[in-house]
Amino acid sequence: MAGATALPRENGELVFDAPSQGRIFGLALGVVRARGIDWEEFRQRLMAAIEADPARQYYESWIAALDALVVDLGLASAEELEARAARIDR
Amino acid sequence: MTDDHGHHPTPLTDVERRARALEELLTEKGVVSPEFIDSVVEAYAQDIGPMNGARVIARAWNDPAYKQRLVDDGTAAIAELGFGGPEGDHIVAVENTPSVHNVVVCTLCSCYPWPVLGLPPNWYKSPPYRSRMVREPRTLLREMGCEVPDDVEIRVWDSSAEVRYLVVPERPAGTEGATEDELAAMVTRHAMIGVARP
Repeated sequence: MAGATALPRENGELVFDAPSQGRIFGLALGVVRARGIDWEEFRQRLMAAIEADPARQYYESWIAALDALVVDLGLASAEELEARAARIDR
Repeated sequence: MTDDHGHHPTPLTDVERRARALEELLTEKGVVSPEFIDSVVEAYAQDIGPMNGARVIARAWNDPAYKQRLVDDGTAAIAELGFGGPEGDHIVAVENTPSVHNVVVCTLCSCYPWPVLGLPPNWYKSPPYRSRMVREPRTLLREMGCEVPDDVEIRVWDSSAEVRYLVVPERPAGTEGATEDELAAMVTRHAMIGVARP
């Protein structure tokens, strides 16, 4: 799958710095669309995540925002997310 | 399940684990399909990017009536060229003139007109850009290689919850005979954000 294995380029520049960034971006769009909610729901959490830790890498704030949205929507618990992350080894 | 993401010789970072955990759980729960994610990644890697905005600007340069429609209702005008979608519901085009230079920032996150510019570059999302562009635009623009004469007013547009701004740069001199394709090739992403003057 081109999206998962290639680093996408456009106009000679990387659109995503790493494949995982593209996955998270697509995931955020997918969650918003699947639940029929406004992008604003994600954006508010992104702003909050950035404000909570302005020095951290932008992409990490994005993940923090998506974690918060997913938990707030009742799609997964914080414990589930943590437990799964701990089990991933490849 | 096959590992679609290829071989990882180095250990995953904490961030990558969290990203993977989100995708695994949400796809297992049927909230999002991997195919949807693939299609989004492909769309933003291939089809959606500043080359779209360049066509809009070239059309505006070539067709004064279109430029007026673009300034009046950016979302409707870009739709005429087939562009639209997420982050494109409230696009406002701001026109550069000999006396006004426009530049766009999102001070709180990274709001950006995706349908015409694709996803924002890293520098646009960085804390220094976000804070300095509203405080010292002329200095920051100069540092970025964009010299704005002192007699030209700089207007900084801070993207809000709804509005996404697109700068319409001034048409370069001596381009009267250029085709729309040639004009589009002159329009850069930097110019449409307002950090360059073609």
